[in-house]
Amino acid sequence: MNDLTTVVDWSRWQFALTAIYHWLFVPLTLGLSVLVAIMESLYLKTKSEKWLQATKFWMRLFGINFAIGVATGIILEFEFGTNWSNYSWFVGDIFGAPLAIEGILAFFMESTFVAVMFFGWNKVSPRFHLASTWLTAIGASISALWILVANAWMQYPVGMEFDPAQMRNVMDNFWDLFSGIAVNKFFHAVFSGWALAGVFVIGVSCWFLWKKRNQEFALLSIKSGAWFGLAGLLLTMYTGDGSAVEVTKHQPMKLAAMEGLYHGTEGQGFTAFAILNPEKDWNNDEDEYIFEIAIPKMLSILGRHDANAFIPGVTDIIEGRDIINGDTVNTVSYAERIERGKLAQAALRNYDIAMENGDSAAMNVAKADLQKNFQYFGYGYFDDVKEAIPPIGVTFWTFRIMCYLGGYFLLFFVVILFLVYRTRLMERATWIQWIAMASVPLMWVCSEAGWAVAEVGRQPWTVQDLLPTKAAISEIPASSVIITFWLFALVFTVLLVAEVSIMCRQISKESKKNLSPNKA
Amino acid sequence: METIKKIWIFYRDGFREMTVGKTLWMIILLKLFIFFVVIKLLFFPNLLSRDYDTDADRANHVRKELTK
Ligand code: HEM
Repeated sequence: MNDLTTVVDWSRWQFALTAIYHWLFVPLTLGLSVLVAIMESLYLKTKSEKWLQATKFWMRLFGINFAIGVATGIILEFEFGTNWSNYSWFVGDIFGAPLAIEGILAFFMESTFVAVMFFGWNKVSPRFHLASTWLTAIGASISALWILVANAWMQYPVGMEFDPAQMRNVMDNFWDLFSGIAVNKFFHAVFSGWALAGVFVIGVSCWFLWKKRNQEFALLSIKSGAWFGLAGLLLTMYTGDGSAVEVTKHQPMKLAAMEGLYHGTEGQGFTAFAILNPEKDWNNDEDEYIFEIAIPKMLSILGRHDANAFIPGVTDIIEGRDIINGDTVNTVSYAERIERGKLAQAALRNYDIAMENGDSAAMNVAKADLQKNFQYFGYGYFDDVKEAIPPIGVTFWTFRIMCYLGGYFLLFFVVILFLVYRTRLMERATWIQWIAMASVPLMWVCSEAGWAVAEVGRQPWTVQDLLPTKAAISEIPASSVIITFWLFALVFTVLLVAEVSIMCRQISKESKKNLSPNKA
Repeated sequence: METIKKIWIFYRDGFREMTVGKTLWMIILLKLFIFFVVIKLLFFPNLLSRDYDTDADRANHVRKELTK
């Protein structure tokens, strides 16, 4: 393995590791903050102590998660500047503006409203306190908005023009950043946080039931968590469906990888279960699957909202074939994209020479040549079309893990809601309490799997069609990336252990207090 | 002036009355130290800011890198 491959691979692993860790904390913050705000609103409306107790309890757990998770995302920005310096420069203010707004906003939100939330009980008016709780929740989601808009831009770069003099993308329409990909991604990620918080609240409350402590409080929390989680999950599924349509439109290769599909058909089925054939390649005649159980027409419905629509597979896309409304359409083949990418790069090289010579006429000619082929710029880095295919197995399976667990949690919320209104049943059914507790980590697996689909499925691109990972990387020694990879693994694991142990200790401590108002 | 004093007292009392929060603040401060002092300073320089003085130089460097 040469040094470039090592640096790229380790830097990718490092980025994946930090992003995965960061996302352990984020969805719980996004979901729990809203649930707590709803509980506090109910307290203010009903003046019932039970809602106050519930608000305070879950707010404390929110606080622990927030404190441990805060600033873990900053590491990703460090990595941009060191490992991915070409990328950071190339994306220019498209990335800079949203992230800068996020940084400033998050700082003010966090230092004011979170402080009022925790220190303000009995010191500010109840309405002001409630407003702070809501603003904390809204602030967290707005922070997520900027990050997700930036991420969506990398998947579907719009609203910018590339300037070869500055060597960066200059934003020409801010509102274009809110593309269909961005909007669906934002709502899908935020609502998935609601579903996750619902499962977390139910799991913790079931532990109370199992321990036979504060059962009344636990049942109230389970009801709240289940309704909130169910709403979140249904919205997650709705926006997930929207995401699939957007992916089909703008990242067909990702969709093909999600299905392990090489040769598409009209009325394409969705593979419910399969053993992928490791021998399959885009240009051989091997079967895609060794074994397969498919739901007929399902992928066409998911991707194009039309049971008979054609879904192109990896080979179709590489060869430049699609069928729209029954007509065969020639799209740009990957061989042509590579050729045009190389032309774009040659034009940029000419621009560089002209710039050094101070020849503005030649610069203009080179710029015009560059613009003609810029949309395929990144393909110029490939020698073989194969390099443009994402890892099929990981994308295929993580997509299924996300969807299947999504289906499982739908059933889970429905069963919990059925049981929780039959109080005796819920209190006695230790099996369901155990299932609920065991479901908590599964929810995190589901959520992380979602990110794996989105990010592994778009490989090899850091910016779709424009910049592959191997061009985005900085010239740094592999050894330093390997060292910092392990350093992060250590630091983040310590943080995670701290989170889980402080959280468990707090839950155990609180469970011994009397959280039922009428007996207080 | 009165408002600033009130805000100061609000934060001061808030911190004083914290229980589990004290451990959390220790973790936050330790974490920020590790992130910004150890990790950032020792391992994660912003390469383009460190190695080049002007945006034009940075752009030239990236142009060369991307057309190698
Ligand atoms: C069951 C129906 C679901 C469908 C059809 C679906 C669809 C999708 C699709 C297509 C993506 C990739 C989007 C992209 O690459 O831009 C995605 C990503 C993601 N999914 Fe799902 N999903 C579903 C359920 C869930 C559930 C239950 C969760 C977690 C509670 C979840 C969490 C995520 C996350 C965190 C991402 C990454 C962020 C993003 O790209 O939106 N998904 N989902």
